[in-house]
Amino acid sequence: MAPRRLPYLATAALSGGLFGAGLYVSQMVDPLKVLRFLDFTAIPAGGWDPSLAFVIVPAIVVMFVAVRIGRRREAPLFDTRFHEPEYDRIDGRLIGGAALFGLGWGMSGVCPGPAISLIAFQPEGLWIFLAAMFAGSLAGSLIMPSGHGRRLADAGA
Amino acid sequence: MDSFTPLTAALGGSLIGLASAVLWLGNGRIAGISGIFGQLLPPAQTVAWRLIFLAAMVGAAWLAAQLFPQLGVGGVKIAELAAPPPDWPVPMPIWLAVAGLLIGFGTKVGNGCTSGHGVCGLARLSLRSLVAVLVFFSVAILTVAVTGIV
Repeated sequence: MAPRRLPYLATAALSGGLFGAGLYVSQMVDPLKVLRFLDFTAIPAGGWDPSLAFVIVPAIVVMFVAVRIGRRREAPLFDTRFHEPEYDRIDGRLIGGAALFGLGWGMSGVCPGPAISLIAFQPEGLWIFLAAMFAGSLAGSLIMPSGHGRRLADAGA
Repeated sequence: MDSFTPLTAALGGSLIGLASAVLWLGNGRIAGISGIFGQLLPPAQTVAWRLIFLAAMVGAAWLAAQLFPQLGVGGVKIAELAAPPPDWPVPMPIWLAVAGLLIGFGTKVGNGCTSGHGVCGLARLSLRSLVAVLVFFSVAILTVAVTGIV
């Protein structure tokens, strides 16, 4: 059970706030800017926008340091344990899921973080997109084993 | 190249990294947006923090746009979703719905998106995440090349 204490929820709010601010400041809330990164065909003509790489690399570096700090601790500040992802198998679901996500991402320039952050800016068609994303996620959960133990057994862990 | 913005990109990326660091060291949770979003419904017993995280994300994006409107979309520029390629006979709502379905389904089945696999997974040196990132970036780049959507 997750703690319901105030510091735990305040931490979630702080993290979400930093995340949303980061998405706006980096302009990753702009689907067209993301598409200009994904458009490698523009590289020869010099019209490619490499900004997305300049977003994700510092993000990874900061998180890498946090993971290192976390490894020296028994538990996070406001919960009893780190919720490490427990699967380690590279299987068809991982690859197929990532491929379908990549297809949708390439069609729209929107991944889940910007999709939700865009609620702040209300572009036309956003609610159709969000409803479809939610429906897709629900549909995906139907083919995933439900329950922690069964999912782990399924993953062969 | 006039659209290349390395400084604000790196500043925003650092904020996203900090967001992930705070959630990991504070609550021991991965800041993967598809996971936070995709477990809003039962059987998840941890709905409150997810809703608070997502609401704060939307609120902070709005606030940042009020404070620094000159950065672009959401500020001085109106936010727009991508339209289907001009020569494709697909209405925009259908295009958006198909993209949304693929993203929701794919991130659920593949256990993550750009934040969960891309930022947190790579920072944890997860091989699974590396494979996922290579696959979704490759497919997205290929999709843009084939559709010519930009």
